[in-house]
Amino acid sequence: MEITTRSLWTALHGMGFGALFLLAFSAVFLELYRVTHRATVPTPPFATDGFLRGYLLAMTALAWLAVLSGAYIVYPWYRAVAPPGTADLAAYPQLLLKAHANTIGWHSLGMEWKEHVAWFTPVSITMVTVVFFQYGRRLREHPALRSAVLAFAAVSFLSAAVAGAAGAMINKYAPIQGGGVIHLSKGA
Amino acid sequence: MKPTDAALPNGPGAAAVLAAGVGALALGLLTLAGDKYPAAKAHLVWYRPTGALSGVTTLSLVLWIGAWAVLGALWRRRDVALRPVLAVSFALLAVGLLLTFPPVIDLF
Repeated sequence: MEITTRSLWTALHGMGFGALFLLAFSAVFLELYRVTHRATVPTPPFATDGFLRGYLLAMTALAWLAVLSGAYIVYPWYRAVAPPGTADLAAYPQLLLKAHANTIGWHSLGMEWKEHVAWFTPVSITMVTVVFFQYGRRLREHPALRSAVLAFAAVSFLSAAVAGAAGAMINKYAPIQGGGVIHLSKGA
Repeated sequence: MKPTDAALPNGPGAAAVLAAGVGALALGLLTLAGDKYPAAKAHLVWYRPTGALSGVTTLSLVLWIGAWAVLGALWRRRDVALRPVLAVSFALLAVGLLLTFPPVIDLF
């Protein structure tokens, strides 16, 4: 069993950072809603402001790691230019997608949208994190601001979901390949 | 009354939300510029392997952080009329989001 370094980075970008952000979202959204809501509800012992702050910081880090690894490590491999006369485009995902009428949309719509919309995620979740650090539970004293913060949290999730879904489909039709080979285990 | 019990003004929060809207609009406008105007695209290639995406996103982030710093300083101890600020913020966000969607970009 083996994996290439480029495949490993792509998996880390998509699964390690992006998918983990998406998985973490529902908990932070509900907790943000709960602790900033006017109604008094029992607080589970683990759900302190410190826990939520740490959770938000981790999500913010995941969002930035996802876009930075995507834009500066994986994307250059995706848009690599093939030498003239190259027949096998497997190592050139963008060109491979654009070479077929039934896959070109994954580049012209999927990647073109993904590469930009993904950046709404770190911008939004960073703002949410900073505002929660500033206000904490006292955000409940500013209902309109609280609603705006929750809306931007939702934007961070939706933009990550669009980018993640497009990335998964693009990598299905034109996977990032190449680089050094890492041998994980020998066959039975 | 301890300082922590004093009413927190809404200014810092409003500044953060409006700045996020400014960042979103900047991202949308720069995406459009990088896609539709070759002269702009050439100036947005700040890191060749990533192409114009490097300039589009870095410049957007600079404008976002800059707007946040300025608004945050102006509204640090103030209460502002929150609803119009939030309305503008979401309008900027909506336009920014639309301008990253390729079928909308193709209208220009």
